[in-house]
Amino acid sequence: MSLVLDRITLQPAGAAPLFAPLSLTIGPGEIATVMGPSGVGKSTLLDAIAGHLAPAFTLTGAVTLDGRDLLALPAEARRVGLVFQDAVLFPHLAVGDNLAFGLTATVKGHTARRAAVEAALAQAGLSGLHDRDPASLSGGQRARAALMRSLLAEPAALLLDEPFSKLDANLRDEIRAFTFAHIRARAIPALMVTHDPADAEAAAGPVIGLTSQGDPA
Amino acid sequence: MRGLVLAVLAFGLIGPIAAGLWVTARAGFGLMPAIGATEAGLDPWAALFGLPGLVTSLKITAFTGVVSTLLSLVLALALTAALQPRLSGGRAARLLAPFLAIPHAALAIGLAFVLAPSGWIARALAPVLGLDRPPDLALVGDPWGIALILGLMLKEVPFLMLVSLAALTQIPLRQHLATGRSLGYGRAAVWLKLIVPQLWPLIRLPVMVVLAYALSTVEMGLILGPSNPPVLAVLLTRLFFAPDTALLLPASAGALLQGALVAVAFALLWLIERALALAGRMWVCRGGRGRGLDPLLGIAHALGFAAITLGGLSMLALLIWSFAWRWPWPGALPESWSLRAWTGAGPGLARAFGQTLLIALATTGIALALAVAWLEGEDRARTPRAAWAEALIYLPLLLPQIAFLFGLNAGFLRLGLPGGLATVIWAQALFVFPYVMITLSDPWRALDPRLTRAAASLGAGPWRRLFTVKLPVLLAPILTAAAIGVAVSVAQYLPTLFMGTGRIATLTTEAVTLSSGSDRRVTGAYATLQMALPLAAYAAAFLIPALLHRDRRALKGGAA
Repeated sequence: MSLVLDRITLQPAGAAPLFAPLSLTIGPGEIATVMGPSGVGKSTLLDAIAGHLAPAFTLTGAVTLDGRDLLALPAEARRVGLVFQDAVLFPHLAVGDNLAFGLTATVKGHTARRAAVEAALAQAGLSGLHDRDPASLSGGQRARAALMRSLLAEPAALLLDEPFSKLDANLRDEIRAFTFAHIRARAIPALMVTHDPADAEAAAGPVIGLTSQGDPA
Repeated sequence: MRGLVLAVLAFGLIGPIAAGLWVTARAGFGLMPAIGATEAGLDPWAALFGLPGLVTSLKITAFTGVVSTLLSLVLALALTAALQPRLSGGRAARLLAPFLAIPHAALAIGLAFVLAPSGWIARALAPVLGLDRPPDLALVGDPWGIALILGLMLKEVPFLMLVSLAALTQIPLRQHLATGRSLGYGRAAVWLKLIVPQLWPLIRLPVMVVLAYALSTVEMGLILGPSNPPVLAVLLTRLFFAPDTALLLPASAGALLQGALVAVAFALLWLIERALALAGRMWVCRGGRGRGLDPLLGIAHALGFAAITLGGLSMLALLIWSFAWRWPWPGALPESWSLRAWTGAGPGLARAFGQTLLIALATTGIALALAVAWLEGEDRARTPRAAWAEALIYLPLLLPQIAFLFGLNAGFLRLGLPGGLATVIWAQALFVFPYVMITLSDPWRALDPRLTRAAASLGAGPWRRLFTVKLPVLLAPILTAAAIGVAVSVAQYLPTLFMGTGRIATLTTEAVTLSSGSDRRVTGAYATLQMALPLAAYAAAFLIPALLHRDRRALKGGAA
């Protein structure tokens, strides 16, 4: 299982490409880190891989996941999980229902699904919060719930968009360890965008520094 | 999906409106085979201008339409500036809701009750002025159309305020106010020099809607306007429904004239805009700090309070008259109360209520489905709305209804489709859809795009994203749009009259008919019910999300 980016470029309409062609192979359980200045196109790169690229951008190159050509697929068929800076839990659904929304449809039957959700909640230290309003959770709880929601969909790869930057310093280490442990346990490739060198260090995978095209550096 | 919606709109909206205009235009120039008129010519125009009082009627129409719109705009902007710090989002919507919900006809009837020589104002002044009987003055239906202007303003000021408050969220209001005032400008001056110029392009279309409505309203003109001659739209409606079918030709010519009048008014508005833009720039560059202008905000505040009081009294008057029995001069309240107006009118009232509710639910359902389909289509095509599409949405609101409704009805009759419930529902949907679409567009676009992205990344396809994420999260604005749809539908008078060929009786058609009679009690009962239906819809739109989302903090306050 690996995520392969082959000579990826992103070009806004009527402007130069954002960064030099990017090639990268991320193996199972490996966490690659992308760093770079604001506006260089880090989040746009994640959008492109996940299938949410705004129409104003042109993408060249290829992205494959376990040999599947991702770019030909709509977002919902890519099996690429996405974890945002703010957890982006669905505000109209209870915490448990958010997780159930993510839980793959191959788990059938009310009891089995409920059990899977409860197990995931327990793993994330959220036992007993099934019926809670997501807005009432703390930042760390939200981050863990969002990660579990992504993992329950059984993604074949995970993209992390500055996942820890909104958390307090002491919470950051805990959530980071939690997230990385799950990625390694599931042996899926992950790509993380961050500004924090400590994130890259903990990820212990390849680190790519993006620089904008034409930059003297 | 967008293709489907466009097809529905082309066949259901543009096509019929164009066909209606075409039939009206032909009849206006003497061609209407159905009544044996086969010779094209200018005779209908000669007949139209030969009508006694036509020129007076035109003058009074232009005067009331233009003055009420300009005054409404000025007052709405001033009130927005005065109240804006205390009126944000949901609160403004709730405060203004009753004024937006009440149908034009019901408000007009209530206002007529209050202004009449035997109304509350005269009764309150009676002890002061020593009046021992109602004064002999034409306070409603005055030849200048003052009562009509007042009535229009009571409806349009709240509408323009709501539109302005919504538009304000698109400009960096707080920073600009702070910047302007730190440069030494007074509050009112900052609004006039910085905020209003930014606001105007965002509210120009709604102002044009108000102008078109004020120039072509039938029901308000009938209830509050002068009667001999009446405003143009009322005159034309009389001609269209006269027993003598030969009058259909000059009436059609008049409908074209009505359209031309609105076009001229739009041109006038454009000229005023250019002139003010030019003068305004010089005024801004001169750099006067305009601190003396601030008392104007105080005056606007006072006028706004007076308007709210008058509007509230009008609504109350409907309710009280419907339960009044003996109400001698100059008592402030009836001496004895009775349910006779309600029980006496019972069967007719219940029938009209049922029809009104049925039509309102059907038109709102259709309009909501089309609006959601259109907005979702835009999302899926990932393209912003083109300018022509935006204009298309507003089209039915910018054309005077009378200019195409007659042609539409005549065209339907020629196709062998008699007027009835279905044609009324369809014709009302023409006017309900734009309001639902306009109301829903902003909240729809404001939805956090990461929610649908997160859902897609969890494997949810487009339909699941629509039904399990977008629609539930947008429940409050969807219900608000539905409530506005119900209010617009209930208020429709002319489409019901023309497309129902007089056979579909709704609360509005009945109330308008009764308002020319003498029984205030029964009129009050119809108008009360007419007012209650949209109010109930607004209350439901507020309560249902509050109940369903009572444990969802992030969704509270989203109702606007």
